[in-house]
Amino acid sequence: MTIDSVRGAPGTPGVAEPELIQLLTPEGERVEHPDYPLDLSAEEIKALYRDLVIVRKIDLEAVALTRQGELGIWASLLGQEAAQIGSGRALGAHDMVFPTYREHAVAWCRNVEPLKLLGLFRGVNHGGWDPAEHGFHLYTIVIGSQTLHATGYAMGVQRDGVLGTPSAGATIAYFGDGATSQGDVNEAFVFASVFNAPIVFFCQNNQWAISEPLERQSRIPLYKRAQGYGFPGLRVDGNDVFACLAVTRKALENARTGQGPTLVEAYTYRMGAHTTTDDPTRYRLKAEEEAWKLKDPIERVKAYLVRNDLADAGFFEGVEDEAKGLAKELRAACLALPDPRPLSIFEHVYAEPHPLMTEEQEQFAAYLASFEDEGVAS
Amino acid sequence: MTAETLTLGKAMNAGLRKAMEKDPKVLVMGEDVGKLGGVFRVTDGLQKDFGEERVIDTPLAESGIIGTAIGLALRGYRPVCEIQFDGFVFPAADQIITQLAKMRMRSLGAVSLPVVIRIPCGGGIGAVEHHSESPEAYFTHTAGLRVVACSNPVDAFSMIQQSIASPDPVVFFEPKRRYWERADVDVDGTDWTPLHDAKVVRAGEHVTVLAYGPSVKTCLEAAEAAAGEGRSIEVIDLRSLNPLDIGTVVESVERTGRCVVVHEAPVFGGFGAELAARITERCFYRLEAPVLRVGGFSTPYPPSRVEDQYLPDLDRILDAVDRTFAW
Repeated sequence: MTIDSVRGAPGTPGVAEPELIQLLTPEGERVEHPDYPLDLSAEEIKALYRDLVIVRKIDLEAVALTRQGELGIWASLLGQEAAQIGSGRALGAHDMVFPTYREHAVAWCRNVEPLKLLGLFRGVNHGGWDPAEHGFHLYTIVIGSQTLHATGYAMGVQRDGVLGTPSAGATIAYFGDGATSQGDVNEAFVFASVFNAPIVFFCQNNQWAISEPLERQSRIPLYKRAQGYGFPGLRVDGNDVFACLAVTRKALENARTGQGPTLVEAYTYRMGAHTTTDDPTRYRLKAEEEAWKLKDPIERVKAYLVRNDLADAGFFEGVEDEAKGLAKELRAACLALPDPRPLSIFEHVYAEPHPLMTEEQEQFAAYLASFEDEGVAS
Repeated sequence: MTAETLTLGKAMNAGLRKAMEKDPKVLVMGEDVGKLGGVFRVTDGLQKDFGEERVIDTPLAESGIIGTAIGLALRGYRPVCEIQFDGFVFPAADQIITQLAKMRMRSLGAVSLPVVIRIPCGGGIGAVEHHSESPEAYFTHTAGLRVVACSNPVDAFSMIQQSIASPDPVVFFEPKRRYWERADVDVDGTDWTPLHDAKVVRAGEHVTVLAYGPSVKTCLEAAEAAAGEGRSIEVIDLRSLNPLDIGTVVESVERTGRCVVVHEAPVFGGFGAELAARITERCFYRLEAPVLRVGGFSTPYPPSRVEDQYLPDLDRILDAVDRTFAW
């Protein structure tokens, strides 16, 4: 006897595919959606294209740095550029982001220097940027934990009494399909719902939680989970930067005006490995990757720009050159990152002096100094 | 001085009220802390006076309580979370250990999380399983947390206010079977012992007994009984477990040469082991006997009809004191 665990999973024959909000087809054709009108200028579209190309290039550079031993590990965003740039460019100055460890493109939108992202993966720190400065919280590695932080932060915004005013900020929590199985994510949904917190839950369903496919996490489309918690959920084409922008804008605005949470499921695909230590050939078919390649988030924007005569070859070359230049700079800066000083281990554990930190730091300093003395003696 | 005779529970309530009056960013959150005032009534009346936005009845999800408290702290609030009983803290352990304790280091000092986690702890109230535990060692072992335990109404009143004022996360243990103990509390005073200082609560000459939380009173009773037999016991209320005021402990043990540690938690791998090791390192040549530990047995907390046998009582403490003199 086998256990049929995939009954009712999306894609099962006889089960209708849910509605996918899409404004730009994989072929680069613009389509309208009654709930998400979007009027972008040629310059705005070119800016989105530039973002997409740059973040992909930075990501590829980080993968290369890992292959060469300069980073310990890297979680590639390949394939998810549109979901991240679309939602990231929907953000306003007062909004706050709570990322996982894969939101490199959202970090780009929040002006977090790409080099800052490498620190964690190179092992020179565990994060190290100021979340308040960027409206972009630290990367969270444990799956789903940040959704509760985001919900609490949103409850704080609510208590500040700014919702509905120009200084209102929404909170957006990023997580993946695997995270939806975590207790913390479900608790975050409950808290956000009963307190009507001004938050957007942005789930990038990239179909794979390391080696586990979506049907190991859910028997229903993820966006439908929202209904059980009592707030709206919708599914957007995660490879469509226009749709991700429009959908996130609306969800953020609903949050800022006190209309509570929204779950956005950005339907996308992790084109690369989970991280550089993973091997997808052990658990998924090449054909699946090939099928998703045809839905590439960057190619469709390029097709749209070309088809509508909005950009010429010079523009595309210029973006490519700029991206290459940034990647080169990033590589050089990465190699120049200094290792942390041994005694820095004790810094930043507590805000106020702590006798044990002082004691151990002094003992370790004396121990290290004892070798210097030997050096002098010899 | 405005002295009021308060139970430990009421002193906690008065301290929380002072902190909320002083700083509008202080929030109280947890299960049943609002209308009900908490199962031990520690937050009684706070929601009525400070409103539902500041005294929050949360959904029944401990990880959610601590996780959202972290988010509120990131937004500039100072949440005081109530975990209803010691045995219920474990669903929140991940948020406490993995997130709350480590966020400051992760941010290279950019982020402070002034979150207080109040945990009624210990046994002796005839409760069902999971309502009588002493989980302090899990938290003292976690760098990034401060861990304190009050033993009496005076300290309850001051220590909760000091903990709320701390920019670091504090795990605050309350001795639940002492909630009804009374003492005169100066409710207008602010001239308090520093939060992380231990206190000699009874001076003595022959042996030092270290305790915290609910065990302090038992140790004082033991010292009183021993005095009748001509044995002088010094009792130190540690009050703070992390950081530990080892100086006060060492000063005492160097005088007495003997030490017994008392706590309700199981002895094996318990906080007493850390005390014994540190005392041995610092007082080795002054010790007349090994540091002995009296605590719960290395079993799960037993059913309440037999808990009096499990908890260190006056006789077991005095038995350990006698044994230190047998060396």
